[in-house]
Amino acid sequence: MVEIILFAPLLGALIAGFGWRITGEKVAMYVTTGLLFLCALLSWIAFFTTPEHAEAHTIFRWIETGSFSADWAVRVDRLTTVMLVVVTTVSALVHLYSMGYMDHDPQWKEGESYKPRFFAYLSFFTFAMLMLVTADNLAQMFFGWEGVGVASYLLIGFYYRKPSAGAAAMKAFIINRVGDFGFLLGMLALFFVTDSIQFDVIFDQAPELAQQSITFLSWDVSAAEIIGFLLFIGAMGKSAQLLLHTWLPDAMEGPTPVSALIHAATMVTAGVFLVCRMSPLYEFAPIATGFITVIGGLTAFFAATVGLVQNDIKRVIAYSTCSQLGYMFAAAGVGVYQAAMFHLFTHAFFKALLFLCAGSVIHAMHHEQDMRAYGGLRKKIPVTFWCMILGTLAITGVGIPLISFGVPFGFAGFVSKDAIIESTFAAHSATGEFAFVLLVIAALFTSFYSWRLIFMTFFGKPRGDHHTFEHAHESPKVMLVPLLVLSVGAVLAGMIWYGGFIGHHWEEFWGEAIFQGAENEVLHHSHDVPVWVKLMPFLAMLIGLVTAWAFYIRTPELPGKLAKAHPAIYQFLLNKWYFDELYAYIFVRPFRWLGRFLWNAGDRSTIDGGINGFAMIFLPMLSRLAGRAQSGYVFHYAFAMIVGLILIITWFAVSGGAH
Amino acid sequence: MGSLPILSIITFLPLIGAAVLLLLLRGNDEMAVRNAKWLALLTTLATFVLSLALLFGFDSADTGFQFVEEAAWLGPLKYQMGVDGISVLLVMLTTFLMPMVIACSWHVENRVKEYMIAFLVLEALMVGVFCALDVVLFYLFFEASLIPMFLIIGIWGGKEKVYASFKYFLYTLFGSVLMLIAIAAMYADAGTTDIRLLLQHDFSHEPIDLWGWHIVGGVQLLMWWGFFVSFAVKMPMFPVHTWLADAHVQAPTAGSVVLAAILLKVGGYGFLRFCLPMFPVASDMMQDFVFLLSVIAIVYASLVAMVQEDMKKLIAYSSVAHMGFVTLGIFAGNQQGVDGSLFLMLSHGFISGGLFLCVGVLYDRMHTRDIDAYGGLVIRMPVYALTFMLFTLGNAGLPGTSGFVGEFLTLLGAYQANSWAAFGAATGVVLSACYTLWLYRRVMFGDLIKQSLSQITDMSTREKAIFAPLIIATIVLGVYPSLVIDIFGPSVTALLHSYDTALADAATQLAGN
Repeated sequence: MVEIILFAPLLGALIAGFGWRITGEKVAMYVTTGLLFLCALLSWIAFFTTPEHAEAHTIFRWIETGSFSADWAVRVDRLTTVMLVVVTTVSALVHLYSMGYMDHDPQWKEGESYKPRFFAYLSFFTFAMLMLVTADNLAQMFFGWEGVGVASYLLIGFYYRKPSAGAAAMKAFIINRVGDFGFLLGMLALFFVTDSIQFDVIFDQAPELAQQSITFLSWDVSAAEIIGFLLFIGAMGKSAQLLLHTWLPDAMEGPTPVSALIHAATMVTAGVFLVCRMSPLYEFAPIATGFITVIGGLTAFFAATVGLVQNDIKRVIAYSTCSQLGYMFAAAGVGVYQAAMFHLFTHAFFKALLFLCAGSVIHAMHHEQDMRAYGGLRKKIPVTFWCMILGTLAITGVGIPLISFGVPFGFAGFVSKDAIIESTFAAHSATGEFAFVLLVIAALFTSFYSWRLIFMTFFGKPRGDHHTFEHAHESPKVMLVPLLVLSVGAVLAGMIWYGGFIGHHWEEFWGEAIFQGAENEVLHHSHDVPVWVKLMPFLAMLIGLVTAWAFYIRTPELPGKLAKAHPAIYQFLLNKWYFDELYAYIFVRPFRWLGRFLWNAGDRSTIDGGINGFAMIFLPMLSRLAGRAQSGYVFHYAFAMIVGLILIITWFAVSGGAH
Repeated sequence: MGSLPILSIITFLPLIGAAVLLLLLRGNDEMAVRNAKWLALLTTLATFVLSLALLFGFDSADTGFQFVEEAAWLGPLKYQMGVDGISVLLVMLTTFLMPMVIACSWHVENRVKEYMIAFLVLEALMVGVFCALDVVLFYLFFEASLIPMFLIIGIWGGKEKVYASFKYFLYTLFGSVLMLIAIAAMYADAGTTDIRLLLQHDFSHEPIDLWGWHIVGGVQLLMWWGFFVSFAVKMPMFPVHTWLADAHVQAPTAGSVVLAAILLKVGGYGFLRFCLPMFPVASDMMQDFVFLLSVIAIVYASLVAMVQEDMKKLIAYSSVAHMGFVTLGIFAGNQQGVDGSLFLMLSHGFISGGLFLCVGVLYDRMHTRDIDAYGGLVIRMPVYALTFMLFTLGNAGLPGTSGFVGEFLTLLGAYQANSWAAFGAATGVVLSACYTLWLYRRVMFGDLIKQSLSQITDMSTREKAIFAPLIIATIVLGVYPSLVIDIFGPSVTALLHSYDTALADAATQLAGN
């Protein structure tokens, strides 16, 4: 069954990509969407029938040489099925939504066919993502890992006429490659110490890795630590964590359904999945996990601060995604992989919802994305408005703290995000506490920017083009249905699955998919943290909401004044802490310069110069030969040369024989 | 295959085709030109079909040489041909690519007959290089293959063809002089030029003193150097790589394809046939040095590739970087490394061949290779865009294409030998993405605003037919590499077994002293 889930999207991608000229655009769209709904259905079945022990079976051989072996295989356990559900559900809904959203895209000229290509890419992405999550060894995972990178590259650059789209696509791929560099080295080191990259084999040997020390470059380090660290660099690239995050906001150049599917719900969470998948290893790598916690906390905080001041509706949500991924890593870092996966799961619903709502707003506003040109849209697009409210309630974590009916009572984000914040506190480690503080502050900011988005878009007076506002219209049903389905998830997913993911049934729910060391009881402790800790995220959410209300409803001139009063801070946040400028300064330009320097000074002056100088000795001969070559008798010359060569060799051979 | 001398047939069939062209085809009219093209194409196709017999008749479990032919030649020299797992696929690569090479030259106008002859002769010599079982015979083929290539660049090349062709010629000649000396020394030492016997021979690695120099690895190290320099030029390795960019830029498309896809592989083949098995102690001794050169090649060539304005130059430098992975894997001296190198050589044959053909498609239309002259082609050339994208991604080592398997295995092998080398080489993974995507973006993406490009046409049926086999090969080998690894794997295992034994012997010998 998993094979059908796996290959149906590939089939769809091939049909849409190559067959659409025969079948027509409509059929290509229906086929890909239909196949994805089939996948989603099967995935839910797989989710409810997840085996207790991981089941792996080989499809066919891939790379085998010496003791190295990596096959195309499918591994099914709880981690896989959770991801299957997330990926196929969101993907199916995004396919459906795109049928409406991509209709009459003004970026294209009359008669240009772009829809089959778009659907082919979406389906191809889904295939690669499924390969990633069902992998049974790191090499296959890497296949999916890079495959989703390519799909992301193609989709970010989908509007290929726009130079900014081409630049963003390239940036995304290359920064991801920097992460992949770490992933690759992690794989190499892992093979070096365990002689395998098969999950089962690695997991069996993980405890020994903690004891083992290897020489990486010239340092002697713990094998588990260095491998954990290297693999996490890969995760940082894919999941846009601090330092390797700069591609994600730019990736918003792609069509909005792509942002919802790839850059919010699925692909960017692959890094979190990787860390959780490798939990048997990370449990033996305290320094690496400490690093993960710190990076997670910092990213959550950093991205939230930048989100406060962005004006592009998609960029706000992009930074929000970046920030939420930080939460997930913080949870994984303190050893509560269940909470990380839980937040990944709920986040997929409400973040996809937010993005698709944003798409609906953009669709209504004739592809205007600047929130300063919005305002007062509540009455114009009521369904979108209410769905987006639900999404915002979910992401900001609205719920009733301290009251429990067996499960906490609140929207999806409330249940999962608070669990993460409590886990970082319960870890009782320096890194955990550091993350705890940052995550609480980030929760406040999250609430502020999310409500800011709502208030700027739907409330107040229309600020943009009058004509556009007048013609703003609700999206077609094909776009609204996905919104409604995801809304249900955003409201209920937390409460329904709390018990399984992190509640009392977590052991039977996860089976052996997640490993926790004997001393790791953070999840257990996170259930009974002090009351003030449980209240903190709730208070942060309230403060954010009230501030946003004060800023954008009560006294709308306040933000402008504040920005004028503190221009340095405002510019710093608006320019995203100047990371892009910094990277241009320390990487892009020096590398360019170095390339040019090596080309001119190295190849042309030194090497060629040296050789040409050497050749000066033969120059008279050379020029004579050159003259001959140009005179057109080169054939005769060549013939003479062959004869000469044969004579030399014959002479050598014969005389050698005499010797 | 019985007693049918299949290797000689494959080797000399193109020569026969060339002779027919030379002697029987007269005149310069349209008819003659067309006949020349068709005859050449049919010859290469027939050669390919015959070489399939080689593939099907090959027993991969047998790690020795197969299809061996022996005949008396000159004095003590014997004409000996044979293939093992290492060479058989390189022969196949050659015969597989040649029909495409001919087909992509369909629009050559200048001296068509001679052009076809040059390529046919070249094919014969390249097949001969991979099949020769006598070191002098090998040398003959090796050296002679210089000439047709020299002519192809020098006659059908671009503006600076003379400079480029002489640079190519002198570089390679310089390298092979050293090899000739080494061959003479080997003959003096072992008393034979039979490769099979030389592989058994134990060249002394006792330290010697020569003209006041103390040479630690003894004669073995000196011989190693003789071969190494020659093959290093051919590969080409840093710092003897500068001929490649000029040669590629000036050569016609077909010449570039042969150069990148096949001729460079002669260097890698030479390392595997001579340096590693015949001079194991020296190879091991020089491992760090070769690693250093390989890593420099990867980083240096990638950085230089990034700033090129000429498409062919960019791809040429990317070839230098990829060959860095090959040398890295070979001298890692373990199964993953050597398997990876061989695989990468085949894969690079398809991918770099495909990339040069892609450039050729544009050059045929616009007569320029300046990256800046293009932009937005995806709008008018969707099929081309897809093809080019595939080879671009393959070149960047994307899993699922053959490019990944080779790079990954060589890195895997290198890491086991030296983590620094793997670390340095792995940066090539980032850099290759930078320059290939940069190229692709500038040529294909953006709006199509240049007036000159407004009428450019997508690929013709002939062009699609040329690309199809390359695309299939790139993907099939990426998804199911065992198809070829199974063929050369056992031979590599055997090679490494004797390599390790030789090193162990040397170690005990050292301990004994």
